[in-house]
Amino acid sequence: MQEVLKKKSLEKRVLAPRESRKTIGNINVQNPRMVCRNVDVYYDDKQAIRKVSIDIGRNEVLAMIGPSGCGKSTFLRCLNRMNDTIDGCRVTGKILFDGKDIYDSSVDVVPLRAQIGMVFQKPNPFPKSIYENVSWAPKIHGLAESKAEADEIVESSLHKAGLWDEVKDRLDQPGTGLSGGQQQRLCIARAIAVSPEVILMDEPCSALDPIATAKIEDLIDELREQYTIVIVTHSMQQASRVSQRTAFFHLGDLIEVGSTDTIFTKPSHQLTEDYITGRYG
Amino acid sequence: MSSSKNKSIAGASGSSRRERTIDIVNRRLAKRYRIEKRFRFYGLCSIIVSMVFLAVLLTSIVSNGYSAFFQTYVRLDITLDSAMLDRENPGKSNFQAIIKQSINKLYPEVEDRKSKRELYALFSSGAAFQLRDLVMRHPDLIGTTVSLWVPADDDVDMLMKGYIKRSVAENERRLSDRQLGWIDRLADQDRIEKRFNVTFFTAGDSREPELAGIWGAVKGSFFTLLVTLVLSFPIGLAAAVYLEEFAPKNLATDFIEVNINNLAAVPSIVFGLLGLAVFLNFFGMPRSTPLVGGLVLMLMTLPTIIIASRAALKAVPPSIREAALGVGSSKMQMVSSHVLPLALPGMLTGTIIGMAQALGETAPLLMIGMVAFIVDIPGGFTDPAAVMPVQIYLWADSPERAFLERTSAAILVLLAFLVLMNAAAVIMRKRFEKRW
Repeated sequence: MQEVLKKKSLEKRVLAPRESRKTIGNINVQNPRMVCRNVDVYYDDKQAIRKVSIDIGRNEVLAMIGPSGCGKSTFLRCLNRMNDTIDGCRVTGKILFDGKDIYDSSVDVVPLRAQIGMVFQKPNPFPKSIYENVSWAPKIHGLAESKAEADEIVESSLHKAGLWDEVKDRLDQPGTGLSGGQQQRLCIARAIAVSPEVILMDEPCSALDPIATAKIEDLIDELREQYTIVIVTHSMQQASRVSQRTAFFHLGDLIEVGSTDTIFTKPSHQLTEDYITGRYG
Repeated sequence: MSSSKNKSIAGASGSSRRERTIDIVNRRLAKRYRIEKRFRFYGLCSIIVSMVFLAVLLTSIVSNGYSAFFQTYVRLDITLDSAMLDRENPGKSNFQAIIKQSINKLYPEVEDRKSKRELYALFSSGAAFQLRDLVMRHPDLIGTTVSLWVPADDDVDMLMKGYIKRSVAENERRLSDRQLGWIDRLADQDRIEKRFNVTFFTAGDSREPELAGIWGAVKGSFFTLLVTLVLSFPIGLAAAVYLEEFAPKNLATDFIEVNINNLAAVPSIVFGLLGLAVFLNFFGMPRSTPLVGGLVLMLMTLPTIIIASRAALKAVPPSIREAALGVGSSKMQMVSSHVLPLALPGMLTGTIIGMAQALGETAPLLMIGMVAFIVDIPGGFTDPAAVMPVQIYLWADSPERAFLERTSAAILVLLAFLVLMNAAAVIMRKRFEKRW
């Protein structure tokens, strides 16, 4: 697994060494949930992300956009230390979650990932039943001791993910038998089953058709009331539809941050403007 | 050259001199199909050749071996004279003498010692043991006359099966004309017939072909493989999971990986030498036993199991691991709940292939003394035992014609077990296989 991930990441994200560029826009928010300061990410000796600093607010959707290979997925994976699984990946700088540095040696990644859930680009339900897909995580964390508790969590999670009505009669059937859009919503249900604080989404709709995409976008909007969501997307429309703040990455630098309205109507940096208007990328 | 062609295709809108793509494609099409046809023909040929070889192998083994499943028996009327049998302690009686007495009754005209010896040679020495077992089980038979089917000597058996030709000159034949006459008289009296050879499936090895059986070797193989399986499956599985999922990638693990791959290619007899040096000479374990045999075969199958298990683990999509880690599972939970269940069919297949290999292995077992002539059927892991391939090797080495057919029959039994194991592998794979 590690080799595959490493190979992919090296191909996609390696950059030539140079100084980082300054971020335009206000990176700070009031009462942030997560604070990132001067985050550098290296794959072996090659740098993938340079001095990224950004705050992530409560109950907001932060969209990260940028051309392929700009480091937005790498940065997203830093936020719940999924990059730990990649050999040779090194993260420096500070990422604070509720004031505590998640890269501190005293931090255990298992509870951290229970608080910061993740939804991946390709729907990846476990090859088990729909019920088990959702109930497994609460079970291993001890959130569902009894069958009744597990039932409740499964039902409420599937409700929140907008999937309950479609699957309530076939909870014992394999999650892999669902359609792509349903699988992705199942993955979201699985992520929210442990009641995380933050949900990271890595291009969650890139493998889905427009109808499934619309459903997921509606869902993201609803989830915002309870969770902080960080979403990486290639679709500018999606970013403008679902997010309150947008961050534009380019070749490992965070070029511009701002409210989504500002970024899409009055971008300050030339690169941002080129990208959102389709002249670049 | 090819780049200029590409350019002409790319800009094909203009001049009529330029060829259309479809013409270029069509021109090469016939050749492309010819290549494919030729390859399919080669493939079909190789399959036919291998099937023919397999068929030849199987027919030759079956045609040589099937007759060993039948054995010639002779009916003797035996008077259990209470004068010759001690009621209190029947096991001590001279059953050989009783058998000889009943043979004499059949052929009263045979009187001199030399002729008698020739006559007795027609009956297996196992007859006395059979009679003894019968009397031990039913002591109340003493004093009566019983009609008992006893095994004929292997030469008689060979004659009945047509392997000894009557047309051959007497001095080149294992049975004299006089013996042939005695056998014919038995046949006239319906005292001789071929029956299913139960002995072959219930007895251990013997110097007498008609008393030799495969059961001792089957049990020896069973105990040996049990030791191998119980040790190599958990060790192999744990090693594979650790190397694949937990171990850091560095020089040490690379070195270990290279060595495991090398071990898989080491000739099996080397493992036998190692077993001889370590298990027998250093630890002083009993030789010729399934315990040591199993340990040696474990060393041999471990690399196979580890390599197959690692391949199975590698085939589990990384997305499943990310999904598990993403909801905050520990690595161990990820492995035991999601990765192992998906990799298990492949691991089991690898294990069974390794076991099948171990079942057919002879060379390393020769080194640890499992080649000894062992009559007793092993009852446990520390009893001296033979295993099936070694038994085949021993029988193939014996001069008697009757051992030839037993060799083939034993090969059939071994093949049957191999087929069974492979079928088990297929069934397990089907049972545990899941799509993702």
